[in-house]
Amino acid sequence: MRRGPIPWRTSEVRELSWATPRVRLIRLHVPGWPGHLAGQHVDLRLTAEDGYQAERSYSIASPAEKPGIELAVERLPDGEVSSFLADELRAGDTLELRGPVGGYFTWQVEQGGPLGLVAGGSGVVPLMAMARHRLARASTVPAHLLCSWRTLEDVIYREELERLAARGDGLVVTHTLTRATSTPPPGFLGRRIDRTMLMEALPGPEQRPLLYVCGPTPMVESVASLLVSIGHAAERVKTERFGATGGVR
Amino acid sequence: MATRGFHGRRSSIDPSRLPPGQYLTSDFPVLSAGPTPQTPLDEWTFTIQDTDGSNLGKWSWKEFTALRSSDLTTDIHCVTKWSKFDTRWKGISFDDLMEEAGIDPPAEYVMAFSDGGYTTNLAVEDLTEGQGLVVWEYDGAQIEPEHGGPARLLVPHLYFWKSAKWVRGLSFMDQNEPGFWETNGYHLRGDPWKEERYDGD
Repeated sequence: MRRGPIPWRTSEVRELSWATPRVRLIRLHVPGWPGHLAGQHVDLRLTAEDGYQAERSYSIASPAEKPGIELAVERLPDGEVSSFLADELRAGDTLELRGPVGGYFTWQVEQGGPLGLVAGGSGVVPLMAMARHRLARASTVPAHLLCSWRTLEDVIYREELERLAARGDGLVVTHTLTRATSTPPPGFLGRRIDRTMLMEALPGPEQRPLLYVCGPTPMVESVASLLVSIGHAAERVKTERFGATGGVR
Repeated sequence: MATRGFHGRRSSIDPSRLPPGQYLTSDFPVLSAGPTPQTPLDEWTFTIQDTDGSNLGKWSWKEFTALRSSDLTTDIHCVTKWSKFDTRWKGISFDDLMEEAGIDPPAEYVMAFSDGGYTTNLAVEDLTEGQGLVVWEYDGAQIEPEHGGPARLLVPHLYFWKSAKWVRGLSFMDQNEPGFWETNGYHLRGDPWKEERYDGD
């Protein structure tokens, strides 16, 4: 059906920063990168001195319109790869990767909208690529992004999302905190995503939005079912999940 | 090329059981492209279709789960890199299903089709001799909807996307045509031991 395999490439770590105490942003320079669609991911491969290897997939946060790629890696409690990327990686290091991978959970401005994007925690990453792609292409397709975070400390891309929403070009951002101990700060809701929130924060079924849901499995299961129950067509709901059925990730 | 500072955490697992690029997990991650379909069991059927779309066999839930069944304990390997060992399933093998339908496979390929519109293509030679099953129990209980219940395909020697969730039937094909993930960048066959993850691997 196509040419040869997607090749492994050697990328260079250009920039590292912390988005939250647990999430590290990694900006990579990838010689020969063929470009990607918002929503796609890469496979990373780490190799130890003795040849032992570990591979993981990470969504791309940056739009194809910008050079290089940005990943946002959340350090998981037992994460063999994520703890290396979070704690050991330095600017100037090289990382083997291949991609882009995945042709389904993607969006391009040509597909139109309106868009309903729902993120649970670091599930915001591929949706961020879509919002950034939309901006890079000066699109005014109505887009509603609903983000669910545990606490204020966990919010990734807070300032950038504020700037994007302030442009008044049709992007609306709603945040909710699921483990807020006191009253949520101004501009934040303070409960898990529920039916009412999905009805208020996203375009209604009559507008036939394209819906993208990404996050931990229990959240995605719940949101996707609720979207169908309020009248959205199941075939317009695209999901991407991480982690197991329930319990801790 | 070694990655500076990476040592990895080798576990004591038998490396001959873990395909290249995979890691072992003890939980059961979920991967699907859309909402989990909800089909009531009294509306559920399983159909086998010939290459011209005619029915070669059709069973209700009650009939289907009363067919001869077998148990299988097997390792499974997801293309997203996790593997899980010793998963226990109950269902009917493809061979027994052909016998119950009273047919020999009329073509070399099948498209498995599912609630929610999911499809995946398989060669008949990847299903015969006990390699492929349609299962309705996991670990001694009904399969949870997010894991593909009420019934899913189980073809454990291929990446787990081939083990279609919410399966409702098999449709024979003369040509090997790509299913859902296979048209979205994934490999036509998906052998984890050859690391056939993506189109072109």
